[in-house]
Amino acid sequence: MTLAAHAPPARRISEARVAGLLLGVLVALLLVIIALPLWALLSKSVQNADGGFVGLKNFITYFSTPSLVTALTNSLFVALLTTLIVVPLAFLFAYALTRSCMPGKGLFTALALLPIFAPSLLSAISLIYIFGNQGFLKSLLMGRDIYGAIGIVFAQCCYCFPHAVMIIATALRMADGRLYEVADALGTTPTRVFLTVTLPGARYGLISAAFVVFTLVITDFGIPKVIGGQFNVLATDAYKQIVGQQNFEMGAVVGLILLAPAVLAFAVDRHIQKRQVALLSARAVPYEPKPKAGRDMALLAFCAAIGLILAGMLGMAVWASFIQYWPYNLTLSLKHYDFAEYEPGGWGPYLTSLKMAGLVAIIGTGLILIGAYLIEKTKGSLILRGFAHLLAMLPMAVPGLVLGLGYVFFVNAKWNPLNIFYGTLTVLVVNTIAHFYTVAHITATTALKQIDTEFESVSASLKVPFWVTFRRVTVPITLPAILDIAVYMFVNALTTISAVVFLYGPGTKLASIAIVHMDEAGATAAAAAMATCIVLTAIAAKLMHLLLDRFVLGHLQRWRKR
Amino acid sequence: MGQALREQGRTEVSDETSGSGPAPDPVIQTTGIGGQDVTADGTAETAAGEAFLSARALSKSFGQFQALKSIDLDVNRGEFVCFLGPSGCGKTTLLRAIAGLDRQDSGTIRMGGRDVSQAPPSERDFGIVFQSYALFPNLTIADNVGYGLVNQRRPKAEIAARVNELLSLVGLKEQGVKYPVQLSGGQQQRVALARALATSPGLLLLDEPLSALDAQVRLRLREEIRSVQKRLGVTTIMVTHDQEEALSMAERIVVMNHGVIEQVGSPEDIYRKPASAFVAEFIGRISFLPGIARGPDAVEIDGRRFACKVPAAFAPGAPVLVGLRPEAVRVRGVTGKEGNALSVRIADLEFLGPYCRAMLVEDGGAALELLADFSANLIGDLGLYEGKVIPVELPAEALRVFPARSAP
Repeated sequence: MTLAAHAPPARRISEARVAGLLLGVLVALLLVIIALPLWALLSKSVQNADGGFVGLKNFITYFSTPSLVTALTNSLFVALLTTLIVVPLAFLFAYALTRSCMPGKGLFTALALLPIFAPSLLSAISLIYIFGNQGFLKSLLMGRDIYGAIGIVFAQCCYCFPHAVMIIATALRMADGRLYEVADALGTTPTRVFLTVTLPGARYGLISAAFVVFTLVITDFGIPKVIGGQFNVLATDAYKQIVGQQNFEMGAVVGLILLAPAVLAFAVDRHIQKRQVALLSARAVPYEPKPKAGRDMALLAFCAAIGLILAGMLGMAVWASFIQYWPYNLTLSLKHYDFAEYEPGGWGPYLTSLKMAGLVAIIGTGLILIGAYLIEKTKGSLILRGFAHLLAMLPMAVPGLVLGLGYVFFVNAKWNPLNIFYGTLTVLVVNTIAHFYTVAHITATTALKQIDTEFESVSASLKVPFWVTFRRVTVPITLPAILDIAVYMFVNALTTISAVVFLYGPGTKLASIAIVHMDEAGATAAAAAMATCIVLTAIAAKLMHLLLDRFVLGHLQRWRKR
Repeated sequence: MGQALREQGRTEVSDETSGSGPAPDPVIQTTGIGGQDVTADGTAETAAGEAFLSARALSKSFGQFQALKSIDLDVNRGEFVCFLGPSGCGKTTLLRAIAGLDRQDSGTIRMGGRDVSQAPPSERDFGIVFQSYALFPNLTIADNVGYGLVNQRRPKAEIAARVNELLSLVGLKEQGVKYPVQLSGGQQQRVALARALATSPGLLLLDEPLSALDAQVRLRLREEIRSVQKRLGVTTIMVTHDQEEALSMAERIVVMNHGVIEQVGSPEDIYRKPASAFVAEFIGRISFLPGIARGPDAVEIDGRRFACKVPAAFAPGAPVLVGLRPEAVRVRGVTGKEGNALSVRIADLEFLGPYCRAMLVEDGGAALELLADFSANLIGDLGLYEGKVIPVELPAEALRVFPARSAP
C-alpha cells in the first residue's frame, strides 16, 4: 500500500503482478491438461457406470475375470522378454559407439535412432511382410506363427532400441578416463577393467534403460494391435474395453495398472539421477578410446548386423508399400498411395496429422518455453513455481495410453463444459502437448539454466520489463533449444497413436489411426504406405532441422563466435 | 573531445543530483572518524541533512542462517562506499536488498528521500554491475549499453549519441559493433559499467566487479572505475572481499562480519584505528599480544608495563588483546632504554621483495611473539640476521587495545 503512495508516476504495470498472473494461468492450464485428466481416470476406476462410488469393486472384477488376467500376464511376459533382449544388445551397441574406434559411428548412430521417426507399428507391418502368411522368410519360424508373442517381442525390440541406446550411451560417455589409466598402470586385465570400471559406471544407465524399455513395451498399443493376433495384452484390452464395449470402468482399471510400472520407472530414474551426478567430478578427464583392431572389427560387425535389421525393418514396409500385389506381382506401383480406395478420408488423415503436428510444435513449444521461463527466471511465489514444475514433470510418469484414457473420461464427463471439444483437433493437440510435455520442459529448463541468472536483475535495474528481455535476449539465445523442442514435438505428434486413438472424431482421424484401421481392414500395403508417408515427413523435418541448425542459425548466431 | 565529454558527464550528474555540485565533496561522517566512537552496529548519525541512502534495522535470513542482523547504514550523496568482509558476511545480501533483488525480511530502506523498502528493483533508481558482467551475448556492445535507453523510448539519434559518449567514457569508443564474446574480460566489464551508467542512475552498485579478472587488469580497472565515479559524482556502493581494493578505492569502508557491521570509516581509520580485533586482523597484518588493562594509560604484557591509551571501557585488571601493526615496530635509533622498549630475538626473516617480514620473539622467553616489517635498507644498515637479538620499541600511539577473546 505504501508502495503506491511513493511509486513514481511513470510506472505503468507492475512486473511482479504480470509474472504472478502468468504463473497462475500456467498452473491452471497445466492442472486442466495434465492433472485433471489423471484425476478423472483415478476416480473412474472406483466408480460404477452411473458414477457412484464402488470402492475397489472394479479391481476385484478385473482380477476375477480370467481373460483379463491373462492379458496382464501376457503383457508382463512380453515386456520382460523384450527388456532382457534389448538391454544387452543396446549396451553392446552403445559400447561400440562410445568406447571403440570403430568406423562409421555417425552412420550407426543415425541407424539406431531410425525407429524414432516411425510409428511403433511400422516394424510390426514389416514383420508381417517378412514372416507373415505370405512372408518370404516364414520358413525360419519353423511352423510357428508371427502373429502373437514372437511378433510382438521382435517388433518391440526394434521400437525400443533407440531409447535404450541413447540412455546407455549417455551413461557410458560419463566415464573418467583417469580410472582407466590407473587400472592400466596397475596391470589390470581387460576383463577385470570391464567388470570393475566400465560396468559399474554404466550401472545406473542400464537400470534406467531397462525400466524405460519395460514401460514402453507394456504401454505400447500399435504393435500388439497389428501383430498380436489372438495374444491379448493390457494395451489392446484397454482399447477393446473403451472403444469396443464402452466399458469405461474396466478401461480405467487397465489404465491404472499400466500406470504402475511407469510410475515405478519414473521413481527409480529420479533416484538414479541423483546418484549419477556424483559419479563424474569436475576434474574428471573424458575417456578417449584407443584403436584395437580385433575389438573394433567385432563391434563393427555387430553394429552392422543390428543396423541392417533396423534399416530392413523400416525399408521392408516402405518397399512393400510400392509393390503391386505382394508376393505375387512384385512390380512397383503407387496404387497403395491412393488412400481413397482403402479409407473414407483418403489423404485427409495425413493432412490432419500434419496440421495437428504443426500446431503441437508451434503452440506446445511456445507454451513450454514460456512456462519454463516463468518457473526458472521470474521471482513469483516459490510454492506456485514448484507446483508448476511438478505438474510439468508429471507426464513423464504417464504413458500416452493412460493419458489418453484420462482425457476420454475427463473430456467426456457430463459436468465438464470442455466436453464440446471431444473429438476435435483442439483436444488432440492439447493431449499431445501434455503427453510430450516433460522432455521438452526439461530441454527448455536446461537451456534457460545456462543463461546468466543476473540478466533479469540487470534488466530490472535498467527498468526494462522481463518480457522485453525475454523477447530480446532469452529467445534469441535459446533458439537452438527452441528448434530442438519444436522438432521433437512435431515428430512425436506425427507418430503417436496410443493417446489419440481414444480421442479422434469423425473429422479428425489422424494418419497413425488410419494405419490401424487400414491394417484392420486387411489393406496392409496401404497401411504401410501411410506409415511411409509419416516416416518420410518425420525424417524430412529432422533433416530440415539439421540444415536450419547449420546454416540459418549459424548466420543468426554470429555472436557466438569469437 | 574529452573535455566536452566531461562537461556532458557533469551536466548529467547535476541533473540527477539536483544541485549537490558536480565535484563531489564527500561529507565524511564525523562518527566514522573516531574509531572508538563507532558503535558496533555501525550506526552513523548524519550531520547535515538526510543521507542519500539509509537503511534501518535491515534483517534477512535464509532458512536458519541469519545473513543480515538488523543493519543500520547511511550513504551520502556522491560517496564511494565499499562493503568489505569475508565470504558469507552478508555484504552481497545487503547490496541485493538495497537493489531490491532479494527483499529483506524486515527493516526499511530510503533512497533519495523515498521509502523504497517494498519497491521492486525497477522502481528503485540504480545501475548494477555483476562479477559475471552479465552482458547480453546476442546484442552488440552498443545495443548492450543502450539497452535501458531504448526502453525509455528516446529518439534513436539521442540514444546513439549517449551510447557513444558512454563508450568513450570507458575507453571503448570503436568497439560498439562488436559482440561481447569478442572482447576481453576487462573490456566486457567496462561495457557493463557503461550500461549501468547509461540511464544516469542515482546509485551505482558494483557486486565484486573485479573478482573475475586477472591481477593486472584488475589494477587498471580499479583506477578507471574510481575516475569515472569521481567524474560523474554518482553515489556508488561496491561489494568486495579484497581489502586492498577497498582501501584503494573507497571513501568509506563498511566492514562486515557474520551479518553485522563491524566498523564504518575511512580507509585510514579502518586501518589505523580498527574498532575490533576482527577488523584489525581482516585488514592488513597485525600481532596480538595478550595483556591486562592497568588504568587509562598502561597495559601489562607478560608481566611488564607498556604505556598506551586504554579506552575507558576496559576496567583495570580486565584481560585485553594489544594489537600492533608490523610496520609500526620501531628499530632504528632504539637504545633499549625507552619506556616501551623490548629486547627481542629475530626468530625468522621472510623475504617478500621490497621488505622482509620478521618474526620477533621476546628475548629470554617465548611468551611474546610479534611480526615486524624491515626494509632492505634497515636490514643492511643494522646488519640484521636470523638469531640476532635487538632492542625494539612498541610505540604507545601504535598500540591498540581490544577485548580479550572469550575462550573458544
